[in-house]
Amino acid sequence: MIGSAGAFYLLVNGRVMGASGIIGGLVDRSGWSTWLERAAFIAGLALIPALIRPIYTVPVLTYVTDNLPAIIVAGLLVGIGTRVANGCTSGHGVCGISRFSLRGMSATIFYLLSGGIAVVVFRHFLTVI
Amino acid sequence: MIRALTAFFAGGLFGAGLLVSGMTDTQKVQGWLDIFGDWDPTLAFVMGGAILPMAVAWNIAARRARAVLGNDLPEKSGSEVDRNLVVGSLMFGAGWGLVGLCPGPAVASISWGGTGGVVFLVAMLAGMLVAPAFRARMNRMATALS
Repeated sequence: MIGSAGAFYLLVNGRVMGASGIIGGLVDRSGWSTWLERAAFIAGLALIPALIRPIYTVPVLTYVTDNLPAIIVAGLLVGIGTRVANGCTSGHGVCGISRFSLRGMSATIFYLLSGGIAVVVFRHFLTVI
Repeated sequence: MIRALTAFFAGGLFGAGLLVSGMTDTQKVQGWLDIFGDWDPTLAFVMGGAILPMAVAWNIAARRARAVLGNDLPEKSGSEVDRNLVVGSLMFGAGWGLVGLCPGPAVASISWGGTGGVVFLVAMLAGMLVAPAFRARMNRMATALS
């Protein structure tokens, strides 16, 4: 479904389906000329899961840690990092790797690596998450 | 208007896919990143499964001049692995590992992610707002040092 959504967005709207780019272009106004398309994508992304979850047979859990400073630091890292790198899991990972982009493949290696290290450090050594 | 409707549909399908595949399940995501602990590899198949139809779509796009709605298709991406890409990806990965949410799932799970989910999303948006200034400062400092 994730891949079909990306394929649809590419072939119909002619855009790369990268969540951080679609959102970030609105936040820093760099993509303001296509604001309606971006806002509509984000609306679908927030609303459709909200409607599906109550009727979905498997419970969907999203446990966000109670550690408030950790949440804020993580949010800032994700926000700054994806915009500086110009892509996240969907843009670099799904859309980049599938077109054999060197940037997409490299970005994916780097964020998986540091994600792995973060889990090891914060879960196993510092046990804050 | 049609463009907004198809974008809404794509966003909805993406969100449904994230929900069904477990990408909004922070503990599953952290379990996938936890390669030195109790590693759960299932999300690798989710990513692989998403890459396959996307590769077909890029293939079709290469043979078309325009998208269905008339605008140009995205041009070939650059191949330069630069400082921004490396530093940005390392920062993103650290935040992703710490809480287990990346940008798509952070929005998709907003209706049930609780206070923590909202705080994360607000911090992420704030990060996106300061990112251009951060990038400029980082590159200025790197140039000054070299």
